[in-house]
Amino acid sequence: MRKRDDQQTKAYESHSLKRRDFLKAALATGAVGLGGAALLRFISPADTEAADWGSPNALGAKHWGLVIDVEKLNRFANFSQIIEACHAHHNVPAVNDPKTEVKWIWQDDFEHCFEELDNAYLSEDIKAQEFLVLCNHCENPSCVRVCPTQATFKRDDGIVCMDYHRCIGCRFCMTGCPYNARSLNFFDPRPYIKEIDPDYPTRTQGVVEKCTLCVERIDQGLPPYCVEASNGAIVFGDLADPESDVRQALQSGLSIRRKAELGAGPSVYYLIGGGVPAVAGGELNA
Amino acid sequence: MHKGTRIIAFIAVFLIIATMPFLANHGQASADPEVSLDTPAVNEMPVKQCIEPLQDMRSEHMQILDSWRDRVVREGQTTYVNSVGQPYEMSLDETCLSCHSNREQFCDSCHSYSGVDVYCWSCHDGASNNSNGGVE
Repeated sequence: MRKRDDQQTKAYESHSLKRRDFLKAALATGAVGLGGAALLRFISPADTEAADWGSPNALGAKHWGLVIDVEKLNRFANFSQIIEACHAHHNVPAVNDPKTEVKWIWQDDFEHCFEELDNAYLSEDIKAQEFLVLCNHCENPSCVRVCPTQATFKRDDGIVCMDYHRCIGCRFCMTGCPYNARSLNFFDPRPYIKEIDPDYPTRTQGVVEKCTLCVERIDQGLPPYCVEASNGAIVFGDLADPESDVRQALQSGLSIRRKAELGAGPSVYYLIGGGVPAVAGGELNA
Repeated sequence: MHKGTRIIAFIAVFLIIATMPFLANHGQASADPEVSLDTPAVNEMPVKQCIEPLQDMRSEHMQILDSWRDRVVREGQTTYVNSVGQPYEMSLDETCLSCHSNREQFCDSCHSYSGVDVYCWSCHDGASNNSNGGVE
């Protein structure tokens, strides 16, 4: 028994490293590791070539937004055509029950779109106007904040997106959204789609869906469907760029946003008009 | 051996129950899945080559699809560059299913053999999964 103990101790001593040897070995291993990483980068050029994974046609922006010219919209645009362009291409089911309906973009009047701006003596003309409402792609989206699975998220270009694969259908986002822009698929949507567009996936029961600002088209260099179908009534562009179409349009008159006082920072602007050109030199003060 | 007979009898019963699945299915091994590459798009290819080598596709197509999904949906990327530098659009509908248009003979044959229940089709491949019936 004693002999065996001795043997073990000996074996242990012969395997143990001295502090100096250990440091040497650690340094050598580290150097090999670093060298290996550099070598790997050198021998796999495919990885470095593919640094830009996006489509070369993709539109870039810091903050995508829409400006809806209310007068043009009511005069020249066909509401149902715009809604149909969006819903048909995105396979949005047409459910007639308002409790379970699914909508990405829809039509409503001033009173319901801008209830906080409504008053008893509101112009009859304004009351008669119709508006298109959709997801506002907020700067501080409350839907993203409440989503427990990060199924809804904000892209770097400001678009609030949905990853349907992750959605668990908890509907927190529907409660969080002040614009009612989100709809749950209470049942399999396919029977409610008139004609399935094979180029776009449908959704499934138990996921929430909403307008994506046609992110799949923007990534391919195309404007959203609603913009295309609006006869120029909806302008699309980068709100962060002072030269962009949207910013130019906003310069032309008074614009309002839905429930802006909530602080979510909606990116859809409604151009009311009535702008008076700035007076040079300020004649009133003279 | 107090109550020995009973113990042995119950051990025997236990063994029969425990091995029941094996006994019941003995000699009835189902045939290996047959994966068909007979689609118009594949037949037209001069060299029948998927986006990555066959072995990698067999063992890792699910990881590839998973990473494609995140890169397309969450990062806005569109192009996949394979191990030999060939670019492909990252899309289940446009890239995978344009060649493998025979879902039942291709995807489903292995998945049903191995008892894998994928739910890709509840959203993707709308053309072939609506009331018009299955893939032709």
